[in-house]
Amino acid sequence: MIASMDLSSINPVVLAAALMVAATPILLAAIGELVVEKAGVLNLGVEGMMITGAVTGFAFAVATGNPYLGMLAAVAGGAGLALIFALLTQYLMANQVATGLALTLFGLGFSALLGQGYSGVSPPRTPRMDFGPLADIPVLGPILFRHDPLVYVSLIIVAAVWWFLRYSRAGRILRAVGENHDAAHALGYRVRLVRVAAIAFGGACAGLGGAYLSLIRVPQWTEGMTAGAGWIALALVVFAAWRPWRALLGAYLFGGIVTLQLTLQAAGWRIPVEYLAMAPYLVTIVVLVIMSSGRARRTLSAPGSLGRPFHAAG
Amino acid sequence: MLRLERRPQPSRTWVWAAPVLAVVLTMLAGGVLFAALGKDPVAAIRLIFWDPLFSQQFAAFSRPQLLVKAAPLILIAIGLAIGFRANIWNIGAEGQYIIGALCAAAVALAFFPAGPVDARFLGLEFTMDSAPSRWWLFPLMIAAGAAGGFVWAMIPAILKTRFNTNEILVSLLLVYVAEKLLAAAALGWLRNPEGAGFPGSRNLSRFPEAANLELIPNTGMHWGVVAAIIAVIFGYILLHRHMLGFQVQLAGQAPRAARFAGVAPARLVIFCLGLSGLMAGMAGMFEVTGPARMITIDFNAGYGFVAIIVAFLGRLHPVGIVLAGFLMALTYIGGELAQFTLGLPSAAIQVFQGMLLFFLLALDMLSNYRIRLTAREVTP
Repeated sequence: MIASMDLSSINPVVLAAALMVAATPILLAAIGELVVEKAGVLNLGVEGMMITGAVTGFAFAVATGNPYLGMLAAVAGGAGLALIFALLTQYLMANQVATGLALTLFGLGFSALLGQGYSGVSPPRTPRMDFGPLADIPVLGPILFRHDPLVYVSLIIVAAVWWFLRYSRAGRILRAVGENHDAAHALGYRVRLVRVAAIAFGGACAGLGGAYLSLIRVPQWTEGMTAGAGWIALALVVFAAWRPWRALLGAYLFGGIVTLQLTLQAAGWRIPVEYLAMAPYLVTIVVLVIMSSGRARRTLSAPGSLGRPFHAAG
Repeated sequence: MLRLERRPQPSRTWVWAAPVLAVVLTMLAGGVLFAALGKDPVAAIRLIFWDPLFSQQFAAFSRPQLLVKAAPLILIAIGLAIGFRANIWNIGAEGQYIIGALCAAAVALAFFPAGPVDARFLGLEFTMDSAPSRWWLFPLMIAAGAAGGFVWAMIPAILKTRFNTNEILVSLLLVYVAEKLLAAAALGWLRNPEGAGFPGSRNLSRFPEAANLELIPNTGMHWGVVAAIIAVIFGYILLHRHMLGFQVQLAGQAPRAARFAGVAPARLVIFCLGLSGLMAGMAGMFEVTGPARMITIDFNAGYGFVAIIVAFLGRLHPVGIVLAGFLMALTYIGGELAQFTLGLPSAAIQVFQGMLLFFLLALDMLSNYRIRLTAREVTP
């Protein structure tokens, strides 16, 4: 456990292993949002979908005694909330920014309501993956091969999204819809349907990311436990320049900062805990600034229709 | 087959009917929610929307609360609405509110009377005979609160204009930073030295020169309410009678046209974010010196976020915002009543407020589009 370390005993192997765990929830949320934005939709409700996933996952896992059923419930919870967003923005033409905010405000309240009576409850444990002898390789074993299944699932999702966007026909259609929805519509692609599917996928990933927090990382339910992770995931998509592998890199860099910050806290660093706890948010802001300014900006490839409403005229 | 047809101009009827209908639908959906929670839905809705104003038992306490709760919401929402009209999204008002409160409290505590002024043994709560009256302290604190909120909002504003960084994400992330600063202050540099080590600052209501007291007893009228009234008038003049308001509108609806008309986008970003930050900071100042009485770890009650709902519900129009502000204040007060008497969880009110925004956004479709019933289209 990181919590019982002092500064002299900071162990790079433990740090690297903890980094992957710290990164996984935002990685999941970010890869989902990346697909949504690739389809040309900006869903600012990631935080709300994450916390909804955190609570539905927790409640189901506790009720059934099975963490995997909980994770499925989290996927359903996140996707369900996302479908409200899809209905409002794609069919009722509501403003995407405002609807995303509404999703977050609603999700925070809804999760607090559902989560009543769960504080202090321990969820069923998620067993670690058993890689047999691989886990005993020095250094690499503890870093890479002793995690819970979701860490690997998140990596598989990243790879799958990369393949999907790059090589599959459906992925190309999704990108076309995101780059220029009028042209895609003229070509006969069903813009709204593609977007609804992308939004639901984004919600499912965010929900799973939330469940990772409540079932594995913490593991406990507390009100508002996502603490801005959804917003950081949104920033991560910008950092990643809408590329899946860069989202992975960004998430792990970010996980490193969080882990280091927690380690310093535990080691009794002289800076008060509250200031150290600002680090993740400040780092995210600095990264956003670097990515959006100057030369870096030219390499950004924001989808052309991002955030613009689509209404087939005539 | 149903088909949406864009209206050339938003329907004036629906622009104002949508929020009313949204409230009605939210009451219905809220009733279902309360029933699902095992509470009598009619009693709960009545307790939230009727009893705070008209019940014999509660109204005497609740009515003044209406002004207390509505004032910060309205003050913040007016600032936000001006930005939203120009498509400039300050969603970090909660952070600016916290920083405003911190700055104001810091100024007040810096001038806290040094000597022992406790005169309770004389039967007095407080005496300040020895010190000359410091009438300037309260205005100075207002300025500090406004400046704090302004500076905090300038961070996303300058990052936006200099580096084109997304103001939505930056202003929101800064809320979390502000919350950590608040915790650091309550536990550290603003902690009450005579507070036996408990977190939280000195009680500012015991410091008459710095306290934001009720101006007329039992009305809830305090300086924050006065500020909110001024803000509403100011907002109305700015948006509807001033060139700047026209530019704001133009920038929101037709950014390209606005540029041709000589509207400098960067200056507009600075103006809109700065103004909304300043107003949120002032709201924080009036809150911490008045109803909240002191800095505590969680003194912020989410006004900065609920003000976003108020701005939309009020159609980004000052008069609408006043009405919406009172309505949201009512849900806060009624929610508390329902919590005490029915045991309704406080989170249920948050859900209720979120649902209201959903319904509103959904119904807004009716003001921008016309629903047409058409025969199934044949693809040419």
